[in-house]
Amino acid sequence: MTQEKPVHLPVGEMLRSEGKWFAGDGPQSDAILSTRVRLARNLKDVRFPGRALGEELSGVLHRVENAALGVQAFQERALREMGALPVLERQFLLERHLISYDLASSGGECGLLFSENEALSVMVNEEDHIRIQALMPGLQLDEAYEAANLVDDQLESSLEWAFSDDFGYLTACPTNVGTGLRASVLVHLPALVLTRKIKKVLTGVTQVGLAVRGFYGEGTDVIGNFFQISNQITLGEKETQALLNLERVVRQLLDYEEKARDVLLKDAVHQIRDKVMRAVGVFTHAQLLSSQETIGLASAIRLGITLGLDDLPPVALINEILHCSQPAHLQLMAGHEMSSEERNAHRAELIRKKMREGMN
Amino acid sequence: MKCQLCDVAEATIHVKEVKNDEVTELHMCEKCAREKGYHSMVEKGTVSIASQLVWMAENLYPGGSSQVGMVKCTECGLKYSEFTKTGRLGCPHCYEDFGTQLRAILRRVHGSVRHAGKAPGKEGSQFERRRQIQQLHEELERAIEREEYEDAARIRDEIRQLETAAGEDATATASNGSAATG
Repeated sequence: MTQEKPVHLPVGEMLRSEGKWFAGDGPQSDAILSTRVRLARNLKDVRFPGRALGEELSGVLHRVENAALGVQAFQERALREMGALPVLERQFLLERHLISYDLASSGGECGLLFSENEALSVMVNEEDHIRIQALMPGLQLDEAYEAANLVDDQLESSLEWAFSDDFGYLTACPTNVGTGLRASVLVHLPALVLTRKIKKVLTGVTQVGLAVRGFYGEGTDVIGNFFQISNQITLGEKETQALLNLERVVRQLLDYEEKARDVLLKDAVHQIRDKVMRAVGVFTHAQLLSSQETIGLASAIRLGITLGLDDLPPVALINEILHCSQPAHLQLMAGHEMSSEERNAHRAELIRKKMREGMN
Repeated sequence: MKCQLCDVAEATIHVKEVKNDEVTELHMCEKCAREKGYHSMVEKGTVSIASQLVWMAENLYPGGSSQVGMVKCTECGLKYSEFTKTGRLGCPHCYEDFGTQLRAILRRVHGSVRHAGKAPGKEGSQFERRRQIQQLHEELERAIEREEYEDAARIRDEIRQLETAAGEDATATASNGSAATG
């Protein structure tokens, strides 16, 4: 079923950020980049992807593709089969938070559906048959859940989920069973890191049953003071309760972060201003920039903006830089593959250009 | 389980290391893990829930050559010992065939063994009623234990009412079903 479909992503259209979910900033956007809600579902009477045979998996792809015709958000978009996509485009989807590492590296009989603004997506045959995802800017847990839940309802009208009275929605890994809900919030906490309060604060978070992860989700490092906070418990708790707990903790983190910012402004305003303006200096003049360094500098400038320091670009520009300077983004924009050295030069050039445009 | 290093706090970090072809296991509290140099695992959250799950599955019900390990899912053929290695089940039916072992694990992971959230729309209202009946049964038991017989009688009536309604619904669905196929 792969051959007749478009093999490439509409990269040109996707690279324009207008109309995309991440172009907006959303509530609490000074400290919160995004909210993500994911629902795991499996088809009744079909083995989970890890144990299913090729033909069963392509059967799942087929059934989901048909069911997606009933989902308004996916009307205009074909199902993208990972096996048919070039590696660079899969990496691009990973950078867009539309697919996981597992899906990007597996190829095979896996697929992805996503809406035009990229806020809604469905991964097919990852660890579970279906992973519905809603992404929104800022802190919008209820809104993101509602959006994902609507896709669940619409898919369910033509698919039958594996469900039991005792265990709820059945998933390949028992850590997801029950609601199948994983809600996460990507927070930026530089002041807590600088004032060395972060360890204590995050230990507290893990003690109330939430998890802390890195920029790209499970198993990834924390870079640039961005932390992903998510719920762990999926069984024995209603979806609304899980969302409420997470929101409460996130708001508390924001509160701590704000207090830490006050401390910085009171005790170390010159040092902070120096750190922030040096970051602006590097962004406007550097000739080579790695992604790691870029995220660190973006974090510093973001901190300056939230502290209300003068002569800084708008936060939307920094978010855009974070997005478009990622490796696969750079290569697809240039239209060819690049070595990491070449990417660093291209990244620096792109950021200099964005900074010139954004500061004027 | 107590921390192997301080023998005081509860062990929450479980590390498997392979050194010179020998596997060693270490169970530590967070404080000791940090002192031992495992701080990155504590802080970055790289101890994934999946690896914790594998550890629990192995230790609550050791797989390997034991009898429990040989238990197989009647639908997909997955052995329990395979589940303890990967932390992944083979199919929805595994939840029934490994029910006893999974309940113990789920209680540790989630603190509960009963779903409380959404149910698929098709069975949503019936599921809700079954859930209510189950809850009322538990309340009934508690009332009887407390020897509050008036409450117990009231609860029993409520259960009967719900069960009658559920029975009527089931008959209605069955006759609709036969009408549709006929």
